[in-house]
Amino acid sequence: MERILEQAPRFFSGPNLQLLLEAAGLTLAMTLVGCMIGFGLAFVLVYLRQTPGLWALPLRWICILYVEVFRRIPFIVVIYLVLFFIQAVTPDASLFTIAVIAICLYAVAYTADIIRGGLESVPKTQVEAAQAMNLSRLQTNLRIVLPQAWPVIIPPAIAFAVSFIKDTALVSQVGVFELTFRGKELNNQGYSGILVFGTIAFCYFLLSFPLSMLGQYLEKRLATPRGERRSRKIRRA
Amino acid sequence: MPHLAVSDVRAKYGALEVLKGISFEIQKGEIAALVGPSGSGKSTVLRALMGLTPITGGAVEIAGEAMNYSSAREVRAARDRMAIVFQQYNLFQNMTVMQNLTLAPLKIKKWDKAEVTSEARRLLGLVGLSDKADAYSDQLSGGQQQRVALARALALKPQILLLDEVTSALDPELVNEVLDAIRKLADEGMTMVIVSHEMAFVREVADKVVFMDNGQIIEAGTPAAIFDEPKTDRARDFFSKILRH
Repeated sequence: MERILEQAPRFFSGPNLQLLLEAAGLTLAMTLVGCMIGFGLAFVLVYLRQTPGLWALPLRWICILYVEVFRRIPFIVVIYLVLFFIQAVTPDASLFTIAVIAICLYAVAYTADIIRGGLESVPKTQVEAAQAMNLSRLQTNLRIVLPQAWPVIIPPAIAFAVSFIKDTALVSQVGVFELTFRGKELNNQGYSGILVFGTIAFCYFLLSFPLSMLGQYLEKRLATPRGERRSRKIRRA
Repeated sequence: MPHLAVSDVRAKYGALEVLKGISFEIQKGEIAALVGPSGSGKSTVLRALMGLTPITGGAVEIAGEAMNYSSAREVRAARDRMAIVFQQYNLFQNMTVMQNLTLAPLKIKKWDKAEVTSEARRLLGLVGLSDKADAYSDQLSGGQQQRVALARALALKPQILLLDEVTSALDPELVNEVLDAIRKLADEGMTMVIVSHEMAFVREVADKVVFMDNGQIIEAGTPAAIFDEPKTDRARDFFSKILRH
């Protein structure tokens, strides 16, 4: 305890704080970039997976296989796979790029099921009504199904991203200068482990808490029926 | 030349044959009503015509033109000529009434926006909902939603309108507002195929009644012939049960 109190002023000095701030920024950036790209790609994957017809059978299998395989591999293994694969192809790829790609690959597999669940929650009769008017599959998805699926997709997708902020600590294993990596570094410099990792823990909390709040806000807002949401807006104006 | 000719149409759900060769014809401006017990395949006839349930045999002609449901393009051609109103309205929940009416005319038919909008307003007036153009379906009663669905189908300017038990999901006091709207269409000469349990209404508006059971047509004829003097035991049995009250 004495050691912590004695080290605290030195630990919370400018350079160290800047280091942690940058590391936190990096953690947040790679999570958000990776999850967003992954989220976008997951839509493509789900759309391909729902392609009707016999000719698309291999396509559907590939999509299902991707999700099932990546959901069963530990994230750390994905990171190493990406690291060694990318380094074999382009040796000068940055570690940040590698981390984002790994996060992305993993996020696709997890959010694809969230998205599929969301799309399937929209009654099939809505799709039939659209089909009967000759809307194409893409038009039906974009104009009818997706707008109604958002309330079901958004909350778990944000929850996934929030929990993933923590899991990205694993990329410190390949040497990305994110929060946990910097923590280990500072710890090696002689700072008390409790002090260092207590601070790191607090940083993770600060990163994910606002996102959780955003998720809760969106969940509540999206749960409101459309008519009410709109009339409330009018009342406010 | 009949406006709609359905001959020997067959359909299956998996191994179960739900339509075992359906044939009937209607002229332009006529109304055919499909009646019969639940599970007799009435709704499936309409779904098959819209390409929502695959047809496994038979032929359909609209205004002398053969409809072939064998490819996606052919199915689109059939859907282009007809419109369907469903039992559960199926209004697009994420859109206003106006957007529901104008989506397909604008995006699929690519009609002129000013014309589509003014036609949509006219149709809302026809079904008595001029003031609901900007409402979402969760702000409307069942009867209102079904009248919007009717207007939405009419906005497609179909050659034939298909109505699938459009009053079955409604509270009794809301049924008449929907039936009134359909009466107006009948007066305007709309060609319709309706599936209904409202026998008094069928007797009033239909030119032809088709009694179905177990995926087959048992009897067809004028409302008077079918309701008052059914020739088959099955029809007699069915109508004696439902017309008593």
